[in-house]
This record gives sequence, structure tokens and C-alpha cells, in this order.
Amino acid sequence: MQLAIFIIFAILCIFGSILVITLRSAVSSAIALVFVMCVIAGLFALVGALFVAALQVIVYAGAVMVLFLFIIMLLNLKEELISEDDKKFTRFLGIVLGTAFLFELAFFVRTALMRGSEALYEPVPKTLSSIAVISSELFTKFLFPFELTSVLLLIAIVGAILLAKKKNEK
Amino acid sequence: MIQIPNINISIIYPEIIIFITAVIILLVEIFSNGKKWYAQSIIALIGIIVSGYAVSNQWNSFASGFSEVLVADNFALMFKLIFLLGALLTVFLSIWYFRREEIQQGEYFFLILSSVIGMMILSSANELITAFLGLEVMSLPLYVLAGFDKKKLLSNEAALKYFIMGAFASGFLVYGITFIYGATGTTNFDKISMVISSRSFGIDPLLLLGFILILIGFSFKTAFVPFHSWVPDVYTGAPTPVTAFFSIGPKAAGFAILFRLIIKAFAPIGGSIIPILWILAVLTMTVGNLIALTQRNIKRMLAYSSIAHAGYLLISLVVGNGRGASAALFYLIAYTVMTVGAFGIVILLGEKGEKDLSINGYSGLAYRYPAAAVVMSLFMFSLAGIPPTAGFIGKFYIFSSAISKGFIWLAVIGIVNSVISVYYYLRVVVVMFMKPEIQAGRVVCFPVSLMVAIILAAIGVLQIGMFPQGWFEAVRYSLIGLF
Amino acid sequence: MSLGLAHFLVLSGVIFAIGVIGVIIRRNAIIILMSIELMLNAVNIALVAFSVYMRNMDGQVFVFFIITVAAAEAAVGLALAVVISRNRKSVDVDDFNLMKW
Repeated sequence: MQLAIFIIFAILCIFGSILVITLRSAVSSAIALVFVMCVIAGLFALVGALFVAALQVIVYAGAVMVLFLFIIMLLNLKEELISEDDKKFTRFLGIVLGTAFLFELAFFVRTALMRGSEALYEPVPKTLSSIAVISSELFTKFLFPFELTSVLLLIAIVGAILLAKKKNEK
Repeated sequence: MIQIPNINISIIYPEIIIFITAVIILLVEIFSNGKKWYAQSIIALIGIIVSGYAVSNQWNSFASGFSEVLVADNFALMFKLIFLLGALLTVFLSIWYFRREEIQQGEYFFLILSSVIGMMILSSANELITAFLGLEVMSLPLYVLAGFDKKKLLSNEAALKYFIMGAFASGFLVYGITFIYGATGTTNFDKISMVISSRSFGIDPLLLLGFILILIGFSFKTAFVPFHSWVPDVYTGAPTPVTAFFSIGPKAAGFAILFRLIIKAFAPIGGSIIPILWILAVLTMTVGNLIALTQRNIKRMLAYSSIAHAGYLLISLVVGNGRGASAALFYLIAYTVMTVGAFGIVILLGEKGEKDLSINGYSGLAYRYPAAAVVMSLFMFSLAGIPPTAGFIGKFYIFSSAISKGFIWLAVIGIVNSVISVYYYLRVVVVMFMKPEIQAGRVVCFPVSLMVAIILAAIGVLQIGMFPQGWFEAVRYSLIGLF
Repeated sequence: MSLGLAHFLVLSGVIFAIGVIGVIIRRNAIIILMSIELMLNAVNIALVAFSVYMRNMDGQVFVFFIITVAAAEAAVGLALAVVISRNRKSVDVDDFNLMKW
């Protein structure tokens, strides 16, 4: 049962990802990406990682992607123009490199899994995920990185405002 | 019940000082009207010096804190001093430059300082996620700094290119971290090394894949060939003081974390990593030098030369023992002063807008401004590795460390490369001294802040070159407790 | 056969590779940025899978950090796109031909 749901989600996810990188207009790509993120959240929920699933939907699909859509609308981007002659090589190169990378990944993962035992195919316990555990990790083991994210966000705010604000003429 | 971890906040005092300074500068920008550029630059300088004092107070304390995600051993502290030195010299370079270009926005110092925070965290990170966040704290301001000259399209393009490359590299980096976490169940360097050496069967392929992905991520940041294609464009497009900062800060930070990874976390599988690094070193040196030969623009030439210097530093990473690490530290100190000096002269001789940066524009400089020409020659000699400069001692140290560990071929390739590099560095000197002046009326003024940076750099190059003994000692002390 | 780690790693690898391909073949800066988000999502899948299968919560904490970083990066990247489109009415990477080798 779990496996069947996974396969459906995985197919939707891959299909959506391909749409993200192939669709002509940026708005459609962004919508496809929102779809992919929601499906991934579904996958997280499937294995019991509920907190992360919620984060994925609220922060990622909700906030970040809305920012994307907002900017795309603001800039009123025209559809991507692709002149066939000079882009063919990059496309070809991209697909070859990407596929090669995929095979390399597959090789490594396969060898790794061969070493492992059947345990890797055991069903997952459902009780593991809880917000309490995550939050206590955040405030003890990962306290420093957690505080560091506040610095990171301050930098992002200052940087984005600095870049995007119009020059106030003196 | 939550276990309260060992926090030991004193080990991040230097970072806190820098952060407070950065925030003060931001507040000054918001709440004060009128001329504040000089005041902000002075605040930045004071903050950097105080932070340097805090770093030196931690010397030999070997503290760790925040559940072991940070360590403040001498190795990290030495790197922090290098970053602070680089930031100090960059601030001196910037004061006049941005006045000339009429973009005196105080956020500039905020961004430089917050990037330094990221570098300092990278150098003392003892855990992969902390290192990743440190890298982001370092890079995010750099993306903005590359595009700081908002009205110039060239600067915008540089920023976008750098951003895309940087974000792409971060993707590889976190994927690598994920695989290492998957293979070992932890991201702490000490524990990774323990898990690896406790395994009986060879190398876990997931681990190797993780390491390669992490290496790709850092290769983009520190610009190793073949991940260097963004360097020339970004270096040319960014404002010149920012370019100087790019070529010293992130590079040193990348080496700090790579050294810690290779010496600590991946020590048990060091044997299978060395061939990869070997190839990377040879490619980086050779390609950087060969392309630099053909450059006509001084900033582009310095960009490719910085790639080549990353290649020399990679040799010390291949060597990977105490001697290699100390050689790398020494070389980074020398590289910082000579690069800042060279960029300082480029700023000094540039005009507003920097439309013409061709090397031929310097012809006949020796007749008009002999002092500038002599100092520029000094930096070029040092970059080329000609005695009695800092660059010579640094290269000598690196190559001899390679030979002592048995990497004869690597040392030979390195020496051949530095001979090639002499050609393009000396071309600048030849143009300045031997060619007649074409561009009449290039008027140069000598602003105090810029002169301070250039004179400090020149003294540094000569002092390190002629009396390296004290520096050798300092570098050697900074390795205590690492091996 | 029941659902296992291998399934998640394969899915993660495929999506990561699609993201990489997207970064290389697309010329629109915003779509490149979205491809990078795709790569980070692939990382999140792998992290959650490892975390669940090793019964170790660290992985899910990392997802939290990665989402934060992605948000910060997106803010800066989109601001850059705004600046450029203000200076020039397009964000195609190939339109940038001021700089060459």
C-alpha cells in the first residue's frame, strides 16, 4: 500500500520537475514547482515526517514560491526566446552531463545499497517524528547554526533591499 | 527533559564583535544624515582591530563550544587573523574608490563585515551543517557586493553570474553533506572520522560520493579548474576593492574548511582522495597560468593569476600533512598582502568608471610616477615568486613540502608553472619601464587611505620575504593540536 | 517488496539530475533559480529518507536549515533579477554579452 502511494507520488513528482525545466513561460514553471513541492510534502507525510511536511508546504510552497510568482508578475517577463541555432549545443551538453551525473549517482547508490542489508527495505516506524524532538535538537545540538540563520536572514534582508530600492536622488 | 549543552560563548567573541560593528554601521546609515562614509569606515576599522585582539586572546586556548560544532584551535585562529587582515586592507582600498565612483553607501561595510563572519565560522566549524551555514553567510553578502555598482550593467551581470554559480555550488554541497550524513549518521568531523575508521570493509561508496560532491561545491567557491568559468567575468565586473576581497577572503576560507575536512573528518580515507586532488591541482595551476598569458586587461589577468595561485595552494592540500598545512597558511598570508597591493595600484591608476584597464595603458608609467611603478613591480615580482619577496618564500615552502612527502612530479609541474607565470607578470613591469608613454595626461592623485593599504602591503611583502623566520614560527604554532 | 530507502534515494537522484539539467539548459535567470530550488528539494527528500531510516532526527533538522537558506538565496537572487531588468529589459543570461572569455 505504502509502496503504491510512493510510486504514484514519485511519478507525479518527476513529471512536475520535467515540466519546471521545460515549460516556456516562467509563470507555468513556477506553478509546476509549487505542485512538485506539495507532492514532496506528501512524500514526507507518508514516512511520518509531519513537521517537515508542514514546513515544506507553508514556507517553501507558500512563502518562497509566492515570492517567485510575485517577482515574475512584477517584471512582467516575456516568454523565453530560444533561438534554435546556438542553443542546441548547450542543450545537448546539459542533457548529456545531467544523464551522466544521474548514472554516476545511481552507480554509487547501488553499490552502497548492495553493501547494506535487507534492513533498508524494512517498513518505517511511524512514531519517530515529533516536533518536540526536533525543537529540542534545534535548541541544544544545533543551537549555533540555528542562531546563525538569523544573521543569514538579516543579510538577505539588507542585501535585497539594497539591491532593489531605487536610488534616492540627493 | 532538555539537556543544556556546553555553550561556551566566549569562543565566538570575535564573531560577535564583528557582528555588532556591522549592525552599528547599519544603524548609522539609517539614523544619520549628511556625511557618514568616513565615520562608517572608521567604525569598521575599529571593529576589525578589536576583533583581531579578541582572536589573539584566544591563542592557545583550544576551546570548543556549542555542542562541539565550533572549535577555536590555533589553526582556526590563524585563518581568522588572515581574514581580518584581508578585511582591514579591503576597507582601506574601498574608502577612496567608492568616493571616486560616487556610491558611498554604508551598507558596503555591513556586507564586507558579515562576509567576514561567515569566513570565520567556516574556519572554525567542526560540523558540516555549521560549515554550510557559514558558507552561506559568507557568500550571500558577496553576491550583493559583486553587484554593488547598481548602475553599471557589467557589475549587475557579474553579480547574477556569481549568484547562479554560487547557488548551484551550494546545491552540490548540501547533497554531498546529505550523503555523508547518510553514510555515517552524523555530521560532526570527529565522529565522521571515528565511524569511518571503525568500518571493517573498505570505503563506503556513499561516503566517497558525498566527499566528491562537497569537493565540487567548494571547487566552485574557491575557483578550481574546471569549475572556474565564472571567475574572469565576475572579477572584471565587480568593483575593484570587491574583486580584491573576492580573491583573498573566500579562497582562504575554502582552504580552511577543506584542510579541516581532509585532515580530520576524512583522514581515514585520505589515500583515495589524493589522486582527485592531485589532478585538480595540476589542472588549476596549468589552465590558470596558460589563460593568464593571453589576457590584455589587468583585472582579468589578476583573475586568472588568482586561479593559478589556488592551484599552488592545492599542492599543499595534496601533501596534507603538517608541513603542507603550514606552507598553505604561510602562502595565504603572503598572497593576501601581495594581491591587495596589486589591486591597490590598479585602483590608484584607474579613472572614474574604470573604462580602460588594459595593461598597455600603464606604458611609460615609470617616467611619470616612478614610485607607483616601482611598488607595482614589487607586487608583480612577489606574485611571480622572485626573491627577495614574500611570494618566493611561500612558493619555496609549498614546493619543498611536496618534495619532502614524495610528490616530485607535482613540485616539478608547479615550478614549471611558476616559470610560465613570470612571463605575464613581468610583461606589466616591462610595459611600465620600457615602453614610451602613450596616454598623456593620466593624472593620479594619492589619497591617504589608499596609500596606507599599498604601503602596508609593500612593507608586508618585503618583511615576509626577507625575515620569514618569525612567520614560520607563528605558522608552525598554529598547527598545534591539529594532528 | 515494501517501501525502502533505495526508492527515496533514486527519486532524489532523478530530481537532482533534472535540476542540474535545468540549470545548464535554461537561459532565463528565474527559471535557473527554480531549477536550483528543485535541486534543494531533491536534497530534502534524501535527508528525510536517511533520517527516517536511521531513526535519527538530525536529518529533519537539516531540512529546516536548507529551507531557510533557500529562502534567503531566493530573496537575494530575485532582487538581482529586479535590478537587472530595471537596467535592461530582459533577464536572459545569454543576453549578457558585455563580457567574454
